Amino acid sequence: MLRYLLPIVVLVALVVLLAKGLQRDPGYVPSPLIGREAPAFSLPRLDEPSRLLTQDALRGDVALLNVWATWCAGCRQEHPFLMQIASERTIRIFGLNWKDDPVLAARWLEQLGNPYEAVGVDQDGRAAIDWGVYGAPETFLVDAAGRVLYKHIAPLTAEVWAREFLPRIEASRGRSTP
Amino acid sequence: MRSRPGILLVFILLTVQALAVDTEPPFEDAEREALYQRLTGEVRCLVCQNQTVADSTAPLAADLRREIRRMVAEGQTEAQIEDFLLERYGDFVLYRPRFRSSTAVLWLAPVMLLAVGGVALARVIYRRRRLPADVDADEDGPP
Repeated sequence: MLRYLLPIVVLVALVVLLAKGLQRDPGYVPSPLIGREAPAFSLPRLDEPSRLLTQDALRGDVALLNVWATWCAGCRQEHPFLMQIASERTIRIFGLNWKDDPVLAARWLEQLGNPYEAVGVDQDGRAAIDWGVYGAPETFLVDAAGRVLYKHIAPLTAEVWAREFLPRIEASRGRSTP
Repeated sequence: MRSRPGILLVFILLTVQALAVDTEPPFEDAEREALYQRLTGEVRCLVCQNQTVADSTAPLAADLRREIRRMVAEGQTEAQIEDFLLERYGDFVLYRPRFRSSTAVLWLAPVMLLAVGGVALARVIYRRRRLPADVDADEDGPP
């Protein structure tokens, strides 16, 4: 009996394993930053290059750090949603302009609107490496104490926002203001 | 078809040209150059995940080559540079990830599958040896 059943059991197990594997996104790389302190950075601000934007600006309340560039199609797709979050004043949004031309970046914000409290210019991509960035747009959620809570790779959507971001934002605010 | 060695030679030379992704000059110190080559050949380009940082023309790969070059020039060890990359991009960045609980299955599965196959093979051989020589070893076969 076993010798007939065993191959079938093994086959079913293999099919289940491979089916699960097919449903996973091979492009998804889990960030080792989650739960750790946000990497330090010091970048010239897009609006005022003589002033620096550092990781300290993110502290005090939960904040988003959004990695974007004018060459990135997904960033254009996501931009209206960032504008919506900014208009609802849910959370402060900081920008990291990644490997981009600052002139084009400034024009982009003029034309499409500026959802960011401040944008740091990372022209050589050095700060982005510290954040483990590999494909814009990427959005990090950082708590009031400066710890990374979550990372989303791909354009932000209302669905992702409601499912992944809002509960974490509320939970984090609940912890920091008892 | 007539062969044309001249045209063939041109194409062969063209393919050699296409390999030159990293345009930076090599390190003067042979040991550092070897370390740099080894690391860039081991680090995955996360934008185009089936290429190494040494092979890829993606801007991120160029940035990572620059960082690896900087750390090699500073005299950092292979382990230090790998730690730098692992802290930022996780285990996936190395083509040969380090052995830890999350990568244990990856490393041990081939050995375990080989062991299972070996045991199965040994059992088949053992059974067939015990059969009388005049009986067909294949039990399911025709008499």
